[in-house]
Amino acid sequence: MSEEAILSVENLAVELPAGADRLFAVEGVSFEIRPGETLAIVGESGSGKSMSANAVMGLLPPGTRVAQGIAKLDGVDLFHLDEAGMRAIRGRRIGMIFQEPMTALDPLMRVGEQIAEVFEAHGLLTPAERRARALALLTEVGIPEPERAIHAYPFQLSGGQRQRVMIAMALALDPVLLIADEPTTALDVTTQAQILKLIKELQRKHGTAVMFITHDFGVVADIADRVVVMRQGKVVETGTAAAVLGDPQHDYTKALIAAIPTGHPEVAPPATPRAREIVLEVAGLTKTYTTSGGFMRPARVVHAVKSVSFDLARGETLGVVGESGSGKSSLGRCLVRLIEPEAGSIKIEGAETMGQSIGQMRQWRRRMQMVFQDPYGSLNPRSRVGRIVAEGPIAAGVPVKTAIAKAADLLAMVGLDASAVDRFPHEFSGGQRQRIGIARALALDPRIIIADEAVSALDVSIQAQVLRLLADLKARLDLALIFITHDLRVAATICDKVAVMQRGEIVEMGPVGQVFGDPQHDYTRRLIAAIPGRSESGPLGRVRAAGA
Amino acid sequence: MTGFWSRFRRRRIAMIGLIVVALVVAVAIAAPYLYPQSPWKMVQRPFLPPFANALVPLGTDTLGRNVASGLAHGAQVSLLIGIVSTLVALAVGVPIGAIAGYFGGIVDDVLMRFTEFFQTVPSFALAIVLVAIFQPSLTSVIAAIGVVGWPPVARLVRGEVLAQRRREYVEAAILAGQSNFTIITRQILPNVVSPIVVLASLMVATAILLESSLSFLGLGDPSVMSWGYMIGAARTVVRQAWWLSFFPGVAILITVLAINLVGEGLAEALDPRSSRDHH
Repeated sequence: MSEEAILSVENLAVELPAGADRLFAVEGVSFEIRPGETLAIVGESGSGKSMSANAVMGLLPPGTRVAQGIAKLDGVDLFHLDEAGMRAIRGRRIGMIFQEPMTALDPLMRVGEQIAEVFEAHGLLTPAERRARALALLTEVGIPEPERAIHAYPFQLSGGQRQRVMIAMALALDPVLLIADEPTTALDVTTQAQILKLIKELQRKHGTAVMFITHDFGVVADIADRVVVMRQGKVVETGTAAAVLGDPQHDYTKALIAAIPTGHPEVAPPATPRAREIVLEVAGLTKTYTTSGGFMRPARVVHAVKSVSFDLARGETLGVVGESGSGKSSLGRCLVRLIEPEAGSIKIEGAETMGQSIGQMRQWRRRMQMVFQDPYGSLNPRSRVGRIVAEGPIAAGVPVKTAIAKAADLLAMVGLDASAVDRFPHEFSGGQRQRIGIARALALDPRIIIADEAVSALDVSIQAQVLRLLADLKARLDLALIFITHDLRVAATICDKVAVMQRGEIVEMGPVGQVFGDPQHDYTRRLIAAIPGRSESGPLGRVRAAGA
Repeated sequence: MTGFWSRFRRRRIAMIGLIVVALVVAVAIAAPYLYPQSPWKMVQRPFLPPFANALVPLGTDTLGRNVASGLAHGAQVSLLIGIVSTLVALAVGVPIGAIAGYFGGIVDDVLMRFTEFFQTVPSFALAIVLVAIFQPSLTSVIAAIGVVGWPPVARLVRGEVLAQRRREYVEAAILAGQSNFTIITRQILPNVVSPIVVLASLMVATAILLESSLSFLGLGDPSVMSWGYMIGAARTVVRQAWWLSFFPGVAILITVLAINLVGEGLAEALDPRSSRDHH
């Protein structure tokens, strides 16, 4: 505590444009970061955590402005610098990494030139030296074959590699402070673990202070020294990571930590092997994509789904987990035949559905419905909610009035007000929209529901509510559920058995406890090892041990 | 909808356009009451300059016909042709574009090659040929303008539908068991209305110009008075009687400009991203 803070923010308030849902994006926010320290700012969407970072960087979106407060970087007041003064700070004294490395990098500029540009912007070094530094930086952030990567365009790199390039750029001028705004949210779990490790290593080496913005308490447990918890623009709790995670004082922090999927089933599944009625039998399901090679390039064959087989019983939940590109979403879409698989068999309640006409397909599709990932894209913005939910029954020949009346019942069942029927999707929050999507899936009285990343876009507390709703509905309506997710913690919470997918194949499948407790396949082990905040000795592990 | 109107109202220049368009429409509607006589009828001596006689404020033409009456009745014809031919172009272009964008693949290829075939022929030349073949009449002029006008509509709708097609709400509709026709008309098209409305408003202006050009060349309907015809008929006497081509020319200019302003205002007001800035 004796050390001088590198950045201190005092009583910051950022004003929102008139007509927003609240007056200030952030209000009365104060925090300090000392050299070599990692401060995590945690909160759900809309909590103002990114806005605080943007204010420090002088990058507030149009319409918002700093209403009061002081931000001092090494004694320099950032809010009273002119644009030129701020430019000298950005990049040189403060580096920044963003959530989406694809959009943060210039798609038409080679990676090496983008890094060199950082030096150029500050008028440093000769072109040859800049190149040499770019190469050295790429080597330092652990990009394979840096001599080749320096000539690559961003689209030729993977998500993790792009984020490494962003880190190289942010650290190019050895800043005293690194602001990382959800830098691993868009990445797969194994890549996320690598990037977190890299940030930690570089921090140790350079003594950089890190301001890490995240919504994920697991990540906080892995990386943070101190934590600031924000809610609706205000700081609700501050403290060391161990204190905040181990002994949260504020109710909101407690609720947030409680909402983290524990990785342990919430309700012990009934071990009764009652007459298991198989509702879905899948065998040898295969879908391959062939991209025509074109000039001087061989054709590429991608196995989206490769001879996948499994059974699903009534009332059972199968989790399909895997990283992006593992084919888990393609599998879901093949099952409902939004994608036409080229081989295999899909039997619903014993009846084969492959090779049927479109008319027949409409019949059995009612048995199997889907809840989609995107709470914004999956509801027609120009339709009223009642109509959205009722579309299925209407298409099946139910009179419109009856269908809409039933839609109101379904909306009540998923916990929405009956008045929702006459409103439009944009009037609802992400979690509420996802409830509408669930009501829609239930409208045709399906036997099987496929939830494709249905909670991935939601905040953790909302996520917990929607998961509880799904589990509750499943039990009440005796549904079979296929739950596709990249989040192993979520899968472990809700599923009876899990299938781990890699490159289109199921590499391991079995009861949840067995797969996660005693993983057989190497890939499963790697996935589990990469889950943030899982080390049992860490603060979160202790919380769970205490709570269990 | 109220949000849309308040956004539109904020664009002063678009509001001016809307007022001018409303005036032209009012004149067109009022024409039979303002000038009950046929605009082809002689009312005064030929070549009477404007502002010389209060009964014929804009003067008379080579045959002593009332220029003001011609303008009023011409407004009717211009607006009618502009709107109906745009509807014709939409009726052809929207289904073709929607089908091409929704089904993709070979259907898309065939329909788009067909569309490009029309686009490669210069539209004015094609319109002249069509009107010449079918005899100049109100119907043939409208049909010709519609035929040269639909390819851009088809291309626009195809692109928009293609983008909507990948959205999850369309997949949800497929899973709900809706037919392709229902999905296109009930789910997708309502979401692509905005760009179509904007394009259509600009097409009305183009159609008016095209009709004027055809009439100027003597290919308009010979039994209706139109602005293009008036300019065409006056072109031999431009130096003696400037007002004969000046007033209809100004009428075309102002109307087309006003419709374009309204179109741009619509484009900005219908784009929710533009609602952020406050003017």
